[in-house]
Amino acid sequence: MSADNKNTSSVSLGNRIKNMTDTSLLLTITIVVFFLMYIGAIVFQGSGFLKPQTFFNILNANAALIILACGLSLVMITGGIDISVGGVTALISMSCAVYLDYHDGNVFMAIILALAIGLAFGVFQGFLVAYLDIQPFIVTLAGMFFARGMTTIVNTKPFNVANEAFVTLKNTRIIVPGMGSVNKLGNYVNAYVEIGVIVALLVVIVFFCILRWTKLGRAFYAVGGNRQSALMLGINVRRTRFMAHLLCGLLAGIGGFVYFLHVGSGSASHASGAEMDAIASSIIGGTMLSGGVGNIIGTFFGVLSLSTIQNIVSSAGLDQAWWTGITRAAMLCLFLVVQSIVIARKKK
Amino acid sequence: MSKNEVKKSTGSNILSGLLRNQICIPLAALLLLALFNLIMDPTFFRISLGHNSLGNPVLTGFLITILDNGSELAILAIGMTLVTAASGGQDISVGAATAIAGSVLLRVLCGGNSRPETLQAPIIVAFLVSCVVAMLFGAFNGALVAYFKIQPMIATLILYTAGRSIAAWINNNELPIVSDRTFTYFGSFIPGIPIPTPFFIAVVCIIIITLVMKFTNLKLYVQSVGINDSSSRLNGLNPELIKVLSFVILGLCVAVVGLIKVSRISSINYSVIAKDIEMDAILAVALGGNALSGGKFNMAASVLGAYVIQFLTQTLYKYKVPSDALPAYKAIVVILLVVISAPTVREFVSGQWKKLKVKEVG
Amino acid sequence: MKDGSVLEMRGIHKRFPGVHALQGVDFTLRKGEIHALMGENGAGKSTLIKVLTGVYSKDEGQIFLEGNDKAIAIRSPQEAQRLGISTVYQEITLCPNLSVAENMYIGRTENIYQNWRKINSDTDKILKSLGIPANATQQLGSCSIAVQQMVAIARAVDMECKVLILDEPTSSLDEQEVAKLFKLMRDLRAKGVGIIFVTHFLDQVYEVCDRITVMRDGKLVGEYPIKDLPRVQLVSKMLGKELDDMADIRGDQPAYEKGDNTVPVLEAEGLVSDAGIKPFDFHINKGEVNGFTGLLGSGRSECVRAIFGADRVTGGKVKMNGKSVKISKPIDAMKNGIGYLPEDRKIDGIVGELSVRENIILAQQVLKGFFKPFSKSEQYKIADEYIKLLSIKTASADTPIKSLSGGNQQKVILARWLFTHPEYLILDEPTRGIDIGTKIDIQKLVLKLASEGMSVTFISSELDEMLRTCSRLVVMRDRKMVGELSGEDLNQSKVMNTIAGGDK
Repeated sequence: MSADNKNTSSVSLGNRIKNMTDTSLLLTITIVVFFLMYIGAIVFQGSGFLKPQTFFNILNANAALIILACGLSLVMITGGIDISVGGVTALISMSCAVYLDYHDGNVFMAIILALAIGLAFGVFQGFLVAYLDIQPFIVTLAGMFFARGMTTIVNTKPFNVANEAFVTLKNTRIIVPGMGSVNKLGNYVNAYVEIGVIVALLVVIVFFCILRWTKLGRAFYAVGGNRQSALMLGINVRRTRFMAHLLCGLLAGIGGFVYFLHVGSGSASHASGAEMDAIASSIIGGTMLSGGVGNIIGTFFGVLSLSTIQNIVSSAGLDQAWWTGITRAAMLCLFLVVQSIVIARKKK
Repeated sequence: MSKNEVKKSTGSNILSGLLRNQICIPLAALLLLALFNLIMDPTFFRISLGHNSLGNPVLTGFLITILDNGSELAILAIGMTLVTAASGGQDISVGAATAIAGSVLLRVLCGGNSRPETLQAPIIVAFLVSCVVAMLFGAFNGALVAYFKIQPMIATLILYTAGRSIAAWINNNELPIVSDRTFTYFGSFIPGIPIPTPFFIAVVCIIIITLVMKFTNLKLYVQSVGINDSSSRLNGLNPELIKVLSFVILGLCVAVVGLIKVSRISSINYSVIAKDIEMDAILAVALGGNALSGGKFNMAASVLGAYVIQFLTQTLYKYKVPSDALPAYKAIVVILLVVISAPTVREFVSGQWKKLKVKEVG
Repeated sequence: MKDGSVLEMRGIHKRFPGVHALQGVDFTLRKGEIHALMGENGAGKSTLIKVLTGVYSKDEGQIFLEGNDKAIAIRSPQEAQRLGISTVYQEITLCPNLSVAENMYIGRTENIYQNWRKINSDTDKILKSLGIPANATQQLGSCSIAVQQMVAIARAVDMECKVLILDEPTSSLDEQEVAKLFKLMRDLRAKGVGIIFVTHFLDQVYEVCDRITVMRDGKLVGEYPIKDLPRVQLVSKMLGKELDDMADIRGDQPAYEKGDNTVPVLEAEGLVSDAGIKPFDFHINKGEVNGFTGLLGSGRSECVRAIFGADRVTGGKVKMNGKSVKISKPIDAMKNGIGYLPEDRKIDGIVGELSVRENIILAQQVLKGFFKPFSKSEQYKIADEYIKLLSIKTASADTPIKSLSGGNQQKVILARWLFTHPEYLILDEPTRGIDIGTKIDIQKLVLKLASEGMSVTFISSELDEMLRTCSRLVVMRDRKMVGELSGEDLNQSKVMNTIAGGDK
């Protein structure tokens, strides 16, 4: 009797999984894994992970990555790729730093500058990819080269920004009520997040809505699912792909500035490997590189998973530099394999 | 009149046939670069015989430097071309894998001691061990691509992220230094021979791959799998195995490159060794006119492409472009290249050309 | 301007490099009619349709809609849709990763915001009214091909199109689904929609169409009311010649007689693969031509794929010439002297960018081994020999196979397997989608090969083709072997009955 019950419930679960779209299936896996990991961290690594501030610090450190990864998810959902975002971030940091310190610029114009640089990359790369039909990998590879090279041309030496208005903005902390904790001296310390986190959350919400409900958002999925079909369905494929790159560029602009705001300096080596982190987060978050499958919320959790595992590794005392690289890679490997198995089994 | 026209059209047919040959793309780029240098400063092509610090006769000059430094790229281009053709994607982990191969090589040579007086193992043994390790990593990439059906770029992203860390881990993050003189020959000059050794190594690799392609079905199989996986299987091929094989061959190339790179400085810097070389290797394949989506390939064009890239790098160095800024200029060249070779652009240009002709006739 | 016309195309020209694909074609579609567009491969049907749907731009000519005197320009599929010209293609042109509802509505509205709840409920209503077994929020990829096809039609129907183009929509549907589709088409006709119906099945044309336009070699042959054009004449108009060739082959059927003690070339017992067929027994003798028949999806391809090891074999025994062999991969089968021409030429057959020469030698080369390549001169010799033998129309042996016509591609694949000199050759739909001339050539070749001692399994969707060539038919139904017919039982009605399962 009870066996019967079990049987039916497992069947219905199997069916439910079968009826899920690829996007929501992978999203579910990501979120479950993230929570398991975080709980595991709390259990095995002790109370450090219980403090809300630990979590907020992860957010603070990764706000820019969240934004960049959102941009990459958009492009990847349309079946493309953009590996220039790390370089663009470095270029933005350096340009803004030079503008603020050497030219005594104001912060508002710096933001405009950042967005303009990001958009310029997005528009140009989008044009080449969408309208001239050049492989996105090659185009954005060149974009990455260009951005990195330009960064050193703008200024060779790394330096910290001393512009007052900027430093004030950088040090602005937004208190999260009720999440504080008592420190070693017995004082109550408020939990806080940086401005960048608010921006990142806004980006996640806005782009989640765009992808989920707007015509453009669904067109991204359609184009990624089957470009030929999308064309036949009356979608302007070129414009859609162009828009994906444009938005990715815009997000690289926003992300670049948020990154700049977090580090407060310009350097040619900034955000090195950020594009790979962004791609990895996106994949861990359930975006398929073949296109048509993915979710911004998943990407958000992807970034969190990636940085949580790094936190676990470093707090486990394995803080030699190589462990970070290896764990990151191991995690990416695991998710890729899981994804490919899940999709393959579902097909049967 | 009509005869004349016929003649003209066959003439243009031959020309367009020639132009359609893949090798023309890197060749044209090479000529363009050479022409640029000839106009700007003919001394670029000067080669002089001098003596290095050890008193050996050596040839110096920009061209020699290109042959020397382009060798690693040319060797990688061989493997990258095969991987591209078979899997329709690129291996972006070659730089990191080179670090691993180099690290293994040093580890075996130094035997855990970071400053050994003598070599702890023969160079050939160390090299073979590093070959095996590099091929294993190649097989790992290949397995992810072939059996788990992960896109090559993403599958190799794993090793790209972890590779340099693994390399550092192999030697416990120490930087072993080899003091043996013979070991430096691979990256510089063999006494008495004025041509840099890496060039010879590259030539040997090219000869080997040419022979392999002549006396085995490697090319046919790789192309067949790259073009149509499913029909290759129905013709008795094992597409998975062939994909893995292409990655393993690339692993072998990586091991050779690791040897040269490590030999050049008799040591290793994990974060700098073969940095960005994956990008250059992919560019070499693209510049060779090979479709990055796989299928047919032309090995000679890829190898030539590699040297053209090095030519470009050297030209930029000559004009005092700092090495960090180099990528910006390369990027511009790449974009120009891909825009010119984009089918859409070609169609547009030929359409305009036709219109012009029609007008002339009219 | 003719009365009641919903679409009129006049003097359409389209040139591709080297080909004048459409040479002044006229086409008229009236309100509320089902109009068959017929022609052999390369006749220009698909080019004409692509011009009409804005995929290609025409070089010359005019298109009029609904009797308007002003010619319209169709520059993109979107524009065609807006003008009320909808198309359902043979290959599914929907996005499998989106939901059914999204596939119905995407690319149609101008608003940025979309009311998905309303869209979902609307979709459910439409699906219900058309009797399509799917629901709105289901991911399209999880539906069967037939359902996906019907969703595509539902989309077109819902767009209230004036002109509905159905480009071989029935090739992946079974009989019941076809009947449903026809009902749908008749309903639409009653509502005044003009339907252009492209199909290779003559039966379907005579069942549902009102009028036929025939094209040949990029030119219009003529437009006829259906009752004025009997089948034979239709075929001869399509071919541009009389039907002697077809008559020729009739009666060529070899009277295959099995000796008493012959050991079968291949004998399979309880063979089963992971492609979802029931275990089956099968045997074929030397010099015999047999066939697998059954409806599409009945498992006939899956059976031969299991024999060849193309799908993963999960059980059963196979004997070749009395000796038991293990075939788990195609290469095993090839080593045992089996050749297999697959059903889907594009996906499983050709290696597109490779030359005709390389495509011909491929299988034999693989058999010969990795370290023993044919020299270039051998390759050319072999290629030229087979190009001549099968009269393959190609510019040279170095032409990439993908630039050949479908029929010639098929001949190259055939050459590939003939060159391996198989003992047993499996031909799965060798005649699909190719012109009638080549079809006859292939049928003749099959009979010739058998007379030389080769065993051949011949599968075709066209029953009369099978009846003409095979001496024994294995009948499949619902992925199960349900009967075997030979000798006097080999006639149309008997086969039909067995397929339908009516003679119990």
